[in-house]
Amino acid sequence: MANHLFLPLVSLMIGAALAVLFGRQRWLARGIVVGSVLFHLVYSLRLLWVVAEHGRQVSQAGGWLAPFGITFVADGASAIMLAVASLLTLMTVLYSFASLDEGYERYFYYPLLLLLLLGVSGAFMTGDLFNLYVWFEVLLLASFGLITLGGTRAQLEGGLKYVVLNLFGSIAFLIGCGLVYGVVGTLNMAHIAERMQTIQQPGIMTAIACVFLFAFGSKAAILPLFFWLPTSYHTPPVAVTAIFSGLLTKVGAYSLYRLLGTVMQNELIHLAPWILTIAWLTMLVGVFGAMAQMNVRRILSFHIVSQIGYSVMGLGLASSLGLAAGLLFTAHVMIVKTALFFIGGAAEQIYGTGDIKKMGGLARREPALAIFWFLGIISLAGLPPMSGFFGKLALLQAGVTQGAWLVTSVATLTGILTLFSMLKIWNEVFWKKSYADVSKLPRVSPGLLLPGALLVIVSLALGLGASVLVDYTTVAGMQLFDQAGYIQSVCGLDGCEAVFQTAIR
Amino acid sequence: MSILLPVAIGSLFAGAIYLLLRRSVVKLFLGLTLLSHGVHLLIFSMGDGLRRGLPPITAADGSTLPGTTDPLVQALILTAIVISFGILAFILALAYRANQAVKSDDLDDMVTTDRL
Repeated sequence: MANHLFLPLVSLMIGAALAVLFGRQRWLARGIVVGSVLFHLVYSLRLLWVVAEHGRQVSQAGGWLAPFGITFVADGASAIMLAVASLLTLMTVLYSFASLDEGYERYFYYPLLLLLLLGVSGAFMTGDLFNLYVWFEVLLLASFGLITLGGTRAQLEGGLKYVVLNLFGSIAFLIGCGLVYGVVGTLNMAHIAERMQTIQQPGIMTAIACVFLFAFGSKAAILPLFFWLPTSYHTPPVAVTAIFSGLLTKVGAYSLYRLLGTVMQNELIHLAPWILTIAWLTMLVGVFGAMAQMNVRRILSFHIVSQIGYSVMGLGLASSLGLAAGLLFTAHVMIVKTALFFIGGAAEQIYGTGDIKKMGGLARREPALAIFWFLGIISLAGLPPMSGFFGKLALLQAGVTQGAWLVTSVATLTGILTLFSMLKIWNEVFWKKSYADVSKLPRVSPGLLLPGALLVIVSLALGLGASVLVDYTTVAGMQLFDQAGYIQSVCGLDGCEAVFQTAIR
Repeated sequence: MSILLPVAIGSLFAGAIYLLLRRSVVKLFLGLTLLSHGVHLLIFSMGDGLRRGLPPITAADGSTLPGTTDPLVQALILTAIVISFGILAFILALAYRANQAVKSDDLDDMVTTDRL
């Protein structure tokens, strides 16, 4: 029970502070940033192993007992998310070295990136509702800085919408925190879960669950709340879009998993039909939106919305099987989506535009880029042997097992439409020959190719070694859905209420 | 007093939503600020010390002393105020820069990223 879960957060804080201090010495600052993200990555890979061996890990801040202090909990779900998040951040740092000019570095781009990872990691591990709110604000403020850094007109306009709608979501989250405290009188997630079982009026908890669904849904970009995403995500530099697509919406989805899946399970079961409806509508609207677009990053942005529908479907199935499948899919899509943004962004950098009508002939010019793009899109569409196949297979299996036919068939259809929409980019950018003189184009630098290629290889490896990942997420899904086990890990065998009553006596 | 608090919260929410629906960026941000104050008061109303968290210091028989209350809600509001103050500073700077770039305070002039 040592306080070791705080280690990666401390390393990121120190890394960010040092990177600000030594911002003038370019290589020193870069070294500090890479060092602290590497530490985070190594730590979270070790955490994956520790959680698999020993089960949930719990740390209490300052040694305060569970319902009183701030608790950090790492189970399978948080360990997977943490590992993927730090892998993506590391790749983004490498991609930024190759793609961003020096101005960004001077205006604290890398410290903001570290703070983003800090907020995301805190949100993945915290076991306290209000603390989750604080981590969300940390990551939001860092993302506000990242999306407007550069200050072009498009960025300011897109950033404005992003900021306003995310702040509105945060305020809804805060209302939810206040109401939870008013009803159950605690903010520790395990304690909330325990006290909710004795609440006399179940209606009020359902209302609160809906407030949280709204708050996290607007951050995860589910159906009626996603409009901020496609108008803002294509405006900042590619590296920023890529890390946003990998982390931000997924934190919203993860928080829904944690809060509805673990803490408010009864409400999840009440709301499940509605959540499933939102899920299939989100999938369809996202993919249709993507089909109408003609800009690489806007197409990919709409696909983020569509893929969030799959993550929400895992939640809506309201079982450990569904949550496990959703986790597997979310981890896969974080990796692949970021990879596609890297590769599409590299193509954009070559042509100087993101309009796919004005591009073409890249398959001959840059075969490596084309191969990795192709592997990436078949992974996103869900074809074997990539990880996307197993992510979708698990979700469809869970859907069929539970008889959720409508959402399962829409999920299958959306897979086909996704392939269609991605092949549009493939045809226009890589396959067709219409571009005047391909040989005049600049070559893609290894720094731009490598991060995306590595992530696609990770996706391929996860697809080839799928049994490991499936086993891991199955256990993680059971841990996530195991409310009694969660309470016992956090507060001890007698539960939080016993600790609470002993302490106030 | 117990009537005043809900009325104050309700008026803050109503005013905030009215401002949020205006087209001006400045009014939009004022609306967000008012909304966060409304939420702070809402949280404040959640700790009445009866059934929820008790004050940390009680009489020897466990009954609540007069003039004490649950401090946790106030700690929560304090945290939320600090955060919303930081965000206010950021959005003011953002509104200023957006106004410089677009040369307008009207949200309907900020649609270039929607079309593209």
